[in-house]
Amino acid sequence: MIERVEYQDYVSKNQPKSPMVRTLIAAFIVGGIICCIGEGIGDIIKLIFKDMSEKDVATWESCIMIFLGSFFTALGLYDKLGHYAGGGSIIPITGFANSVVSPAMEYNREGVFFGICAKMFVIAGPIIVFGVTASFLVGFIGYFVV
Amino acid sequence: MEMFLTYLKVFAIGGLVCMIGQVLINKTQMSSARILVLYMLAGVVLEVTGAFEYMKQFAGSGVTIPIMGFGSNLAKGALEGVKEDGFLGAIAGGMSAVAAGLTTAIVCGFVFGLISKSRSKKI
Repeated sequence: MIERVEYQDYVSKNQPKSPMVRTLIAAFIVGGIICCIGEGIGDIIKLIFKDMSEKDVATWESCIMIFLGSFFTALGLYDKLGHYAGGGSIIPITGFANSVVSPAMEYNREGVFFGICAKMFVIAGPIIVFGVTASFLVGFIGYFVV
Repeated sequence: MEMFLTYLKVFAIGGLVCMIGQVLINKTQMSSARILVLYMLAGVVLEVTGAFEYMKQFAGSGVTIPIMGFGSNLAKGALEGVKEDGFLGAIAGGMSAVAAGLTTAIVCGFVFGLISKSRSKKI
């Protein structure tokens, strides 16, 4: 008869470990590269449109990154990348695009209305709801404080 | 050389941000939706406290490309809206600041959802 604590120790010692170091390095490298691509796109936009404001450059940059994320998701490449990179491919804005496009593609056999349009927001929905609510709260408090 | 340094900073900070997310995924088994919401809310908080502006000056796209940038845009838009249009700005400001990105994501999602069938999930 072994004690409960002992048993838990035994389990945690013998259960398969998620390859911590490998996933961390992969997330670091892929995340860094995606951010560098974004920076590069921003620099190219600045080169072509010299008198564009900083804010517009940033907006274009994220729009293009979202498009690229969707495009590579549609080609099926982004999900393969996600398999290796984990957080490195989820957290950049391309991961947000992936979370919109991927379920839309997945459910397109269920029709346009309840397949593509409804399932598109399976992951993006909470982000938009939390984000919009938070921004309203910030504005609401800001209105009375400032 | 200066350009190299900029990209090095973007790479290091962007990578670090993603690595922290990976630590959360490994330690807590959180789903990607929760991670994204968490990061976005972190962006809102950082923007409100004013820390995000410094981070942006230091690392550029390293902090704006991660979903934190989305949250910071929402908060910044709401605060700017309050300054310009008063209470109506508080309601509309956040959404209008992220409207371009959100529209791109939705249109891309719809178009690619129509034309591209999901491949089998064998990876």
